[in-house]
Amino acid sequence: MSAPALDVGAARTALAAACDDVAEAGPADAVDGVATALVARPASTAEVAEVLRAAAAAGLTVVARGAGTKLTWGRPPERADLVVDLARLAAVQDHAAGDLIVDVQAGTPLAAVQEAVASAGQRLALDDPLGGATVGGTLATNLSGPRRVAFGTARDLLIGVTLVRADGVVAKAGGRVVKNVAGYDLGKLIVGSFGTLGVVTEAVFRLHPLPAARRLVTARFDRPEEAQRLVQGVLSGQVVPAAVEVDWPAEGPGTVSVLLEGIEAGVAGRTATTRQLLGAGAEEGDLTDGWGAFPWAGAARRATAFKTTFALSGLARVLATARTAAAEAGVPLELRGSAGAGVLYGALPADAGPSAVGSVVARLRAECSALGGALVILDAPAEVKAAVDTWGPVPALDLMHRVKEQFDPERRLAPGRFVGGI
Amino acid sequence: MSVTHGTESTAGPVLGPVPPEATEATGGSGPAPAAMAAVIDAARAVLPPDSLIEDHIRLRTYECDGLAHYRVTPALVVLPETAEQVAAVVRACSEHGVPFVARGSGTGLSGGALPRADGVLIVTSKMRAIREIRAEDQRAVVEPGVINLDVTRAATPAGYYYAPDPSSQQICSIGGNLAENSGGAHCLKYGFTTNHVMGAQFVTPQGGIVELGGLAPDAPGYDLLGAVVGSEGTLGIATAVTVRLVRLPEDVRTLLAGFRSTDDAGAATSAIIGAGIVPAAIEMMDALAIEAAEAATHCDYPAGAGAVLVVEIDGARAEVEHELAEVERLCRENGAFEMRVATDPAERALIWKGRKSAFAAVGRISPDYIVQDGVIPRTALPEVLRAIAELSSSSGVRVANVFHAGDGNLHPLVLFDDAVEGAGEAAEKVSGAILDLCISHGGSITGEHGVGIDKAAYMPRMFSAEDLDTMQLVRCAFDPGGVANPGKVFPTPRLCGEVPGRRRGAHPLVEAGLAEAF
Repeated sequence: MSAPALDVGAARTALAAACDDVAEAGPADAVDGVATALVARPASTAEVAEVLRAAAAAGLTVVARGAGTKLTWGRPPERADLVVDLARLAAVQDHAAGDLIVDVQAGTPLAAVQEAVASAGQRLALDDPLGGATVGGTLATNLSGPRRVAFGTARDLLIGVTLVRADGVVAKAGGRVVKNVAGYDLGKLIVGSFGTLGVVTEAVFRLHPLPAARRLVTARFDRPEEAQRLVQGVLSGQVVPAAVEVDWPAEGPGTVSVLLEGIEAGVAGRTATTRQLLGAGAEEGDLTDGWGAFPWAGAARRATAFKTTFALSGLARVLATARTAAAEAGVPLELRGSAGAGVLYGALPADAGPSAVGSVVARLRAECSALGGALVILDAPAEVKAAVDTWGPVPALDLMHRVKEQFDPERRLAPGRFVGGI
Repeated sequence: MSVTHGTESTAGPVLGPVPPEATEATGGSGPAPAAMAAVIDAARAVLPPDSLIEDHIRLRTYECDGLAHYRVTPALVVLPETAEQVAAVVRACSEHGVPFVARGSGTGLSGGALPRADGVLIVTSKMRAIREIRAEDQRAVVEPGVINLDVTRAATPAGYYYAPDPSSQQICSIGGNLAENSGGAHCLKYGFTTNHVMGAQFVTPQGGIVELGGLAPDAPGYDLLGAVVGSEGTLGIATAVTVRLVRLPEDVRTLLAGFRSTDDAGAATSAIIGAGIVPAAIEMMDALAIEAAEAATHCDYPAGAGAVLVVEIDGARAEVEHELAEVERLCRENGAFEMRVATDPAERALIWKGRKSAFAAVGRISPDYIVQDGVIPRTALPEVLRAIAELSSSSGVRVANVFHAGDGNLHPLVLFDDAVEGAGEAAEKVSGAILDLCISHGGSITGEHGVGIDKAAYMPRMFSAEDLDTMQLVRCAFDPGGVANPGKVFPTPRLCGEVPGRRRGAHPLVEAGLAEAF
């Protein structure tokens, strides 16, 4: 697509009529290396709609931004004329404690949501593995963490959504009640869509009670088959885990850790049972800092970060293939994640070049595909992204293109960021 | 809302205000002969002769689903056995502009599987194989015609079950559950069909076969599976379904508590939720519903109760015991005058029998009734129940209340005698007013029965024109020709050729003289 030259001044004038906080972008506003011209900070759904209408009239491409913790995930957009920053949409609008729901604006940090609902002994059962994520960014990327074993992901907890379409039309789906089958569930479509279908401005979630007690039981394993045996033992037992994590570092033994949450008496009993399931070396303790973080957390430079999914019984094969592929490519690979849900994240260091990354990704992707899953690269150094297939094979891609075409026929929302060039 | 005559909610004869068969939503007076002939030829080419039904008498067997007062005879019924056969028929429909409707067991209560007079009914009852029970993967792969309860039966030996349990689970199909995003008494804790369907082989309205999701979670790309579940057959037909299996709980305890009033029972429900307990189910019945259940099943509910709660707790044994004690205490504190805890499966079954038979049981106390399905925020329960009581007393129409109290999903049963002139209309009016109550309290017009043909007209009361337009963008992406179950869910079809949502008239910025520079 040959982009017409952007008249920044004119665009800014047009946007200024829609929103009182529009500024020229700086280098820090670039989206995954793609320079952006303007940043608008609308303060309401109505203002987001005005901004998107003005952007449509001016033919601007638009990238929505929350805290920016995952803005480099996916492919770099082809163009990003305007960043719509949702930081001012940060209100917890309604916490109906008796109904176990919360209605929040998209720019609200997850931590702020948790703080607001904790006063009533409740929580939004979504982890914040990166720290600092907002509601909108969590929805856009379908971000999840260890507790997905018990609670699922954002798609399972979102009960209502307000979004602004590329043409500025505001639409809602779902509602404020947990049980509701009226109309299409647009929330599902929006979760994990990387900002390519619309800008989410408000979300309603179901909540869960905060547990009174929790314990973490951890055991070491040396071989992939052992990990699988331990994980299967926990899943088929009666310990009702909140999380079943596996950490498989670049070398040496790995760990399985099982999180148990609930009332004190119950957790004590289930902890004892879990220790038996995990064997003599199992230890119990509380959560430590960094537990459940992604394996690239703390990397000084941008690592290659990816996500693998697979049928639960394929855990050993994924762990084994990861080590073999990494050894052959000569790079250290750490895997960590929700083995109890069939999800592991991988990290390769920043200095792993495109060919090494490419060979690890190809091997592991083939293994995951054979196990009914996939491997997608979430983030990577620019040279790696340029050389390695980010999304891999995507079934039903044609239908996805058609959905995109309906919602954003001019391809102005984060163009090129998502699967198949969407 | 479904209108039912007698005691069977799935096989009642025609009654009451019979809607005209020949409307735009049901396919007018019949098919375009040439197009239908072409579809029949295509179907004959791929299906054995006994999988096609063209005989008018036999076609009439399929003229309604569980919402029996809407009846339309389809032009053709096919009973395919494979995805390829489904796809071939759908492709022919798409090519010739002939609508098709999918049907599983036909137990739906909103007319979602109501045939089209000008279309094909694709029945999945020959697709009944449970292909795989993969306990280690916590998945089962089944064909769409498989009966809900059969999945649990097949998984139980391995220690697993399929959690969504609509009360029709002994006869309803997984394909129908997927289309309707079916719920059930236990979705309070375990979620709905959408939380348990992990993948589907799916025939698109143009006759393509695609794989959505699979054994693993979080398939890359848009969550089309999430959009398809609950779309009531308007986006295509599932031909194989991968579902999540859940570990059978270590312990299950069921409590029956009698209260003087629904207010007390509602207060107990709030106290239970407020204490941070998530029971597997909390069900409530009011005095009239209890009377009916007693008459039908002799379930021995507490005498003189104005309301009963059925509370089920499941999970690890230590938690279950503790939470059961808590629930008993909270019920007592909120006025429960009698409580009974099932100590074995037979007692548990007896408690549930009264609840699960409630719809049909109402037939014992009223010749005809409407089953309504609406949702309110749970905390609005006392207020809404009072408003329903007022509606009932001011109109003289009796309403029995049976509902999933834990999640605010009401199933008021509006009683009437169709032999009495005007009674059907009066009941319809009360039933509609109950939906308005749900909407005005921020709830929903359907919690689990679906919109179908029955509630399409109510959609604009809950959603704006923009909301409905946006939902239909999805429909246009899947089904630009509008052949998949047209006339359901949406009151007004969107013309898919339109460029969506373009501005009408001059943009305000242009008017203000600001936008000339673009």
